[in-house]
Amino acid sequence: MEYFLGIDYPTLWYLVVGLLFSGYAILEGFDYGAGMWHLFFRKDLSRRIAINAIGPLWDANQVWLIIGAGALFAGFPVMYATMLSSMYVPFMLFLMFLVLRSSAIKFRSAERMLWWRKTWDIIYFTANVFISFLLGVVLANILQGIELAENYSYKGGMFFSFLNPYAIMVGLTTVSLFMTQGAIFLLLKTEGRLHARLTFLLKKGMIFFIVSFAATSLYTLVFLHGVTDTFKEHPIYFVIPVLAFLAVANVPRLASKKKYAYALIFSSLTMAFLLMLVAVQLYPVLLPSTIGPEYSVTIYNAAASQKSLGIMLTIVLIGTPLLAGYFLFLYKTFHGKVKLDDTSY
Amino acid sequence: MDVEILARIQFAFTIAFHYIYPPLSIGLGLIMVFMEGMYIKTGNKQYEILTRFWLKIFAITFGIGVATGIIMEFEFGTNWAVYSRYVGDIFGSALAAEGLFAFGLESAFLGILLFGWNRVSPKVHFISTIGVFLGSMFSAVWIVVANSWQQTPAGYHIVGEGFNARAEVTDFWAMVFNPSSVDRIIHVWQGAFLAGAFLVLSVHAYYLLKERYVEISKKAFKIALGIATVISLTQLLSGHSSAEVVAENQPAKLAAMEGHYEESGSADLYLFGWVNDETQEVTGLKIPGGLSFMIDQDFEAPVTGLNAFPKEDRPGQVNAVFQFYHIMISIGMFLIGLTLYASYLWWKGRLFEKKWLLKIFAFSVLLPQIANQVGWFAAEMGRQPWIVYGHLRTNEGFSQEVSSNQILFSLILFLVVYAILFLLFIYSVNKKIKHGPYDEAKNPDEFLKYVS
Ligand code: HDD
Ligand code: HEM
Ligand code: HEM
Repeated sequence: MEYFLGIDYPTLWYLVVGLLFSGYAILEGFDYGAGMWHLFFRKDLSRRIAINAIGPLWDANQVWLIIGAGALFAGFPVMYATMLSSMYVPFMLFLMFLVLRSSAIKFRSAERMLWWRKTWDIIYFTANVFISFLLGVVLANILQGIELAENYSYKGGMFFSFLNPYAIMVGLTTVSLFMTQGAIFLLLKTEGRLHARLTFLLKKGMIFFIVSFAATSLYTLVFLHGVTDTFKEHPIYFVIPVLAFLAVANVPRLASKKKYAYALIFSSLTMAFLLMLVAVQLYPVLLPSTIGPEYSVTIYNAAASQKSLGIMLTIVLIGTPLLAGYFLFLYKTFHGKVKLDDTSY
Repeated sequence: MDVEILARIQFAFTIAFHYIYPPLSIGLGLIMVFMEGMYIKTGNKQYEILTRFWLKIFAITFGIGVATGIIMEFEFGTNWAVYSRYVGDIFGSALAAEGLFAFGLESAFLGILLFGWNRVSPKVHFISTIGVFLGSMFSAVWIVVANSWQQTPAGYHIVGEGFNARAEVTDFWAMVFNPSSVDRIIHVWQGAFLAGAFLVLSVHAYYLLKERYVEISKKAFKIALGIATVISLTQLLSGHSSAEVVAENQPAKLAAMEGHYEESGSADLYLFGWVNDETQEVTGLKIPGGLSFMIDQDFEAPVTGLNAFPKEDRPGQVNAVFQFYHIMISIGMFLIGLTLYASYLWWKGRLFEKKWLLKIFAFSVLLPQIANQVGWFAAEMGRQPWIVYGHLRTNEGFSQEVSSNQILFSLILFLVVYAILFLLFIYSVNKKIKHGPYDEAKNPDEFLKYVS
């Protein structure tokens, strides 16, 4: 086994993948979230502004999903293959809604007809809701484990077994978390009447979030076996749920003070901490088997060769600063309130 | 239907659909770099109008390319799980590099390219155009490297046995520069440049025929014609070089491409023909011994034929491989003739006088598209029955736990959604073309002054 800074390669790569998916959740969180408020805006102009708030950014944000999936494939090919082929239907639906969503952004404002715009608005809203929900569903199924037997073969149901009660709860929590993130982001990008309406909507969103968050946490603690094991063994990790809780509590406070930039940072931190919680809880397992722990996919049996992981860590070390540079430049260029012009959607 | 067939149909359909758009984006990217470069250099407003106009069309092709590309990335895992475990060590790093180096560059600058006209200086905008263009070129590199590795594996060893067997990297650079990758990257780039150049040629030929936007159309036509001429000619070279690599590394594929069955004997080169797999005969117009000559510069030189391989080790669809390959070459030859003739007229100063020539250009937009598609079909069907050449068979590579109902379900979803997407694409590009570059000028009077 090769080490870097005292950490073995699979663990390092676990961190890389985790960071990429956190970045995805934070950035696309506000994109999808903004989309889930879409039908709550009544005027066509408001809807256009909301779409153009994410207009120049969403494509770049989506790259986090692409790199994340690529990194998963590269680092843990077995996980990539097993997860996608066993959860075939949820992932196919997820992909389909991604296609519909990007089409809606591109084509919605391309025509003047009201029916055209309204149809795309509905598609856009629905796609965002289902994408977020399905992400939660997948996450819940990973936490609960799926029926894996030897050679990572999946023995469970094909179509509906993924929609168990826990998955639905986590799905709804994801929806509410993204909606909060999206509303805060839109508050940063808008002014006037739309801004006022969003302050009102954000309050509703926060309530939705807190209720679903509390329910899911409770359910997790009561019904999911062994979720607290890691924490009992290493009490130090209790810091993470505490931090997550503090971050959550900070969001409404900052929002009511109209410090939206800080609120966005804290709701992003909430997501990061929650994902960290999942990561710490699972480690070193990636996909637990409910049939027997010896069939679980772990970072060690799923990892690519040491050589390949080493090469890719180099790639990441070179690539990350470049990527950070592009993102800084992009976000700096489009800093500030949305202004519609001849290049807008 | 069984899972393997459905998985293959689904993969072929989704990748062929994806491959309509990236070549256009790569090719239009190159042309926009030239147009905007001219604008920066000369300050001539006409070039700005052209850049802005093509940017709108670029935005549409790029958008659909991204949407369909994400599906490809996940499809390896959903439908080809065994294959993904087998090649993950090699293939994964190419995909990860593609994401970091190519798509990151591409998508971040895309925002500035599309929405930045009024926010950044023309120079910075030009840099963004170059950024997006380079990003799209890189994305072709990594994905073609991965594919080339499955055609001609190198720099790896096989670890484990049976179900647990997989390929692991031993030499990264040997893996990247496997025998076929360089030729194929160049060939794919060139195919993309032609797809973009011919779209531009077609649209501006149409304007010239309608006598609209005459002045800017002449400018754009010349830029695209210059590119198309150089690339069509050099496409022949990279294609020939690819064929030599195929001859050396994938003899069964080469034999299928020319319908050559005899175990070892002089092989003919067909201009066109029809292969009967039962009788092992090809009817058509041929240069006897032509293939032997292409490979060994000797009409008599023996070439390994299909019969040298057991039935289960050679491509099943010989005639299809043959036809796809020959359609590509015929189109390549036609494009060379067409662009050379047009360039000759340009040199004589008579380029825009021949209506019939403009009409041919207006329709020829489809040709590079067809050549790109059939080129891939020839390369991929010729690789069968292997998914990783010589190591893993296609019928072992698909996801064992996925049921045919699931694939059928997703296939139908794809068919419906892609059909809608395709109609939207045609509709909006057509609308944009009919409408012309009018919107691109902020001030209509000023605009009319520049486009005449
Ligand atoms: C890096 C990988 C890769 C890349 C860049 C491509 N393909 Fe491919 N292709 C595969 C990896 C692959 C594969 C996963 O290996 C398949 C699935 C089944 C098979 O045998 O190979 C395949 C099969 C496959 C088939 C079905 C062949 C058959 O089943 O008989 C077609 C028609 C294409 N591809 C077409 C394309 C096109 C038009 C591409 C242009 C973009 C392309 N492929 C790029
Ligand atoms: C099976 C193989 C392929 C996979 C998995 C794949 C994956 C992807 C993904 C994930 C995207 C979206 C990236 C983004 O959001 O920016 C994309 C877009 C793109 N792909 Fe593919 N791709 C494949 C084949 C190809 C090939 C063969 C080429 C080029 C020759 C290519 C060139 C591009 C380009 C240039 C884009 C940017 C969008 C566009 O220009 O239309 N891809 N692809
Ligand atoms: C002019 C003569 C041409 C020759 C001799 C030629 C030769 C070849 C050969 C031998 C292959 C198979 C490579 C392999 O399987 O590894 C190939 C593939 C391909 N060709 Fe061509 N080609 C020509 C023209 C064209 C044109 C005009 C286009 C498109 C505009 C094109 C696009 C493609 C594509 C997209 C592929 C699949 C990718 C690849 O395998 O490289 N070709 N070509």
